[in-house]
Formats: sequence, structure tokens, C-alpha cells
Amino acid sequence: MKLLKTLLKSKKFIIGLCVFLLLLFGSLIFTTISSHDPAEMIGFLYEPPSKEHLLGTDNFGRDVLIELIYGMKTSIYVGLLSGIIATFIGTTIGTTAGYLGKTIDNILNSITNLFLVIPSFVILILLSVSLRSRSLTLLAMIIGITSWPWTARAVRAQTSSLKTREHVNMAKLNGEGYVEIVLKEILPYMLSYIFMVFVLQVASGILSEAGLSMLGLGPSNTISLGKMLSWALLYEAVRTGAWWAFIPPALTIAIITFSLLYMNTGMDEVFNPRLRS
Amino acid sequence: MKLSNNTRLEVRELTKIFVSGRRKITAVDQVSFEIHEREIVSLVGQSGSGKTTIAHMILNLLKSTSGSIIFDGKDIKDIKKKIYWRNVQGIFQDPFSSFNQFFVVKKVLRDSFKILDKSFNNEEKDKIIIKALESVNIDPGDVLEKYPFELSGGQMQRIMIARIFIIKPKLLIADEPTSMIDSILRANILKLFEKLREKQGTSIMFITHDIGLAYYVSDRIFIMHRGKIVEAGSAEQVIMNPNHTYTKGLIEDVPTLHKEWILTKRS
Repeated sequence: MKLLKTLLKSKKFIIGLCVFLLLLFGSLIFTTISSHDPAEMIGFLYEPPSKEHLLGTDNFGRDVLIELIYGMKTSIYVGLLSGIIATFIGTTIGTTAGYLGKTIDNILNSITNLFLVIPSFVILILLSVSLRSRSLTLLAMIIGITSWPWTARAVRAQTSSLKTREHVNMAKLNGEGYVEIVLKEILPYMLSYIFMVFVLQVASGILSEAGLSMLGLGPSNTISLGKMLSWALLYEAVRTGAWWAFIPPALTIAIITFSLLYMNTGMDEVFNPRLRS
Repeated sequence: MKLSNNTRLEVRELTKIFVSGRRKITAVDQVSFEIHEREIVSLVGQSGSGKTTIAHMILNLLKSTSGSIIFDGKDIKDIKKKIYWRNVQGIFQDPFSSFNQFFVVKKVLRDSFKILDKSFNNEEKDKIIIKALESVNIDPGDVLEKYPFELSGGQMQRIMIARIFIIKPKLLIADEPTSMIDSILRANILKLFEKLREKQGTSIMFITHDIGLAYYVSDRIFIMHRGKIVEAGSAEQVIMNPNHTYTKGLIEDVPTLHKEWILTKRS
């Protein structure tokens, strides 16, 4: 609670949070109450924006605005889920390696380094290609599983410094075990940091999804912002001058990521007093 | 104070070598001593002499490189950690980092019941906590609902001692408990140690860099220099008739009132 209170003092954090929540709840509310089917073809190919279709139609004659709202929901879902997975794996591996040290640290460290040097986007592409059907959740899991190493590294470093504090020794003298000490004595001290990392992971998850979908490896049977870009690319929206087919999704991706990164900057300024001017 | 001759803790040729890359640092070098029941001993030495390393090894927070620690006739390697910590407890130098800053004092003190054999409900715990706080001259109403950062260093260190009144260990390792507290409160803390011994028969190992304080409180004094105990004996004997040059230097460096303070040169 105290954490939230300090954060709400930062303008940057509030602006970022508001934009993100607006987009998230906007898309959630619209998709639950609206009776539109985003896949319904309501016009001809690449109709320019008009009163009926505020952002025109795409290559299949579908309403771009409705697609955009559904796509936004998909992208945020993938981002949040992959962010949760990556942060969870990273924090678990980081605290275990940092707290237990020695052999376990060495083993976990080598695994982390292995994941770091293998370009994760290549793994993402290979995994996506090899799967016959790609659900959203599966895609989010793949993104999460390939993007935890930096978190693990940073958390490990913080844990190995925090574990030498005297309140950790006190907890040991109280007979507390490893899990209890990590949860009670170490994690709370890193909470602000982990929250920051999570926000960054969500942003990078959204970008990864967009990248994959753009390459045609996106989720099957759903609309996402990346898939809209991919269709625009395939059906030559750029050459035919149908800007409404690719600028809105690209801009939306940019706005979502921007709101998250702005939140992160705001948090950084709150938690890192040296940045405060 | 009449001392019993029963040995509570025996340390035999304890050594700790820290290895970092190719460098080896011998922090504690073949140290042997024993602590008797109801005895207060002081381990005196300057920063880096290995005092805290010894404390951590005796508290079983750090493994020794060689040598053994015998508690009540048993090697501590053969004693379950939980049972050992029921009998041997510690207080650390920095009261500000000894507390988890996310919990109020009440929770911190309630947590210390975990090491005990019996289980208590919260009401019973609170009764014992209030009694313990009163024994260290703190008004429970003042601190129980407060976060550590709302308290002074002296208050926090006394709360740490209240924790010892709750756990009632047989041996207390107090690692520089007074170094971050102003001088008036220091005497207070030392009196509490004497009270612990009188009321609960606790043996206490008081670790300090201040030989004056050590003389004030202890039955015996061990002088530590560069990982070795260079002099040991009763407080009187060590202060009045020091043998080792390092001890002589230490004693001469104690500032006294109405006297010019000249620092001796020593390594």
C-alpha cells in the first residue's frame, strides 16, 4: 500500500498508468458489450475512412477500428501473461541462485547465461514454426519462457547482496527456512524493482508478439495488432496507399509500449532517489 | 559473582580461511577458548581482527574451515540447528538492519517464538512480549505498533535484548551491540546483560573494540589481533598486567579525563 502511495506522487507513472488502463478497459468493455464480429466483412477491400467505418476497411473488407480494439485486447493479454511468466521464472531462479549460492548458483547461472546468449527471437520463431496450432496462451508462454534471463540475473545480484543483511541472520536464528526467508526477508525489499521489471517485461512481450505476428507466426484464429500489420504487408496496403490499414495498429502498439515505459521511468524516479531532480 | 566451573561452550583450534580467487585470507587462526556457565567474557579487538567471523561461526551462521565448537559437551555439527538456536542466540552490531523494515515491532517479536519448543497463541505471546519489553525498560505501548524506522537505535537494540528475554538462551553472542549507540545508553545496555545473567543464568560473549567497556562488564577478557587470541585472562589481570604489546597499546589508547591523550604507534 505504501508502495502505491509513493508511486501515485509521480506524474509520469500516473500518466502511463492512465493511458494503459484506458486502453485495457476500453478494449475489454467494448469487446464484451459490442455485438460486432471483428471478422465480419462489411465492405469492399481498402475502403478509406468514412462515417460508417471511422478507420476504413482492410484487405478483407473488415472494419479496421473494430479489429483494432479486438487486436489491442489480444496484444495486452499476451503481454501481461508473458510478463507474469517471465517475471515469475526470473524471480524464482534469481532468488534461488542468489540465496543458496555455491553449486546451485553455478548451475542456475550457466542456464541463465545459456538463455542469454541464444537469441531469444530465433527460439521464438523456431518454436512458433514447429507448432501446428498456436493459441494465444501458448504464444504468451513461449514469449515468457524465452525472456526471463535478464530478470533472473538482476534478481540474483540483488538477492546475494540482501542475504548478508543482519535481519536475514536474525530470521535464521528464529529457525526460519529458505522459502520463508526469501518470501519475508528478501522479496519485500525487491518488490519495487520486481514491479518495474514486470512492467518492462509486459512491454517487451507486446513487442515480441507484434514481431512474431508480423512475420506470419502469430496466434491462429484471433486478431492481434501484429497480425493486422502482417495482413497489411501481405496485401500491399503500403503500395496502394491504404495508410489506415497499417498506421493505426502500429501507432497503437507504440502507445501501449510507450505508456508502459513511461510508467517504468516514473517508477525509476521514485525508487531511485539519485534520478530525482 | 560466584562462577560455576561447568563449561558451556568450548572452541578448539577454530580456523576460518576466506578464499576469493587465488587470494586466501585467514580471518580466524587456530583460536581456542571456553566460556563457563553464567560467565560474561569479552572478545576485544580492532575492526578486521576476526571478531565477527568468530561470532558467526559460534552462531552456526558460517561454517568453519577447521577446528570444532563444542556446546554442552556436543559438537555443534551434531546438534540440530533449531535446537542449537534455542540455546544460543545473537545480537548484532547494527540495530537498524537487524529488523525487517516491513514489519511492526510486535510482529518481529512474535516471530521469535518460532524457535521455541512450545507453541503459544497470540495472547500468550503478547503477555510474554510485554513482560520482556518491561525488563528492558521500554514502555510496550510506545513501540509495539511502530515500524523499526520510527524508533531510535537505542530502543531497537533494547528490543533485540527483549527478544533474548523471550527466548531465554543459555548463551548469548553479542556482536558489538553498543557500537552504534550513544555513550549514555551504553551503560544501560551493559546493565541489561548483567540482568540477563542474574535472572536467566545466561552466559554472554560480549564482542567489542572498546577495552574500557569490556573491563566494566566482563569476568574474563580475550584480546584478539589479526585472527589470533594474543592474550586471555581475568579482566583485572589483562588490564592491570598486560603481557602482549598489542594489549598494552590498546589500554594506553583508552582516553581518560584530565589527562593528555597520546596515541601510541602500533601496527
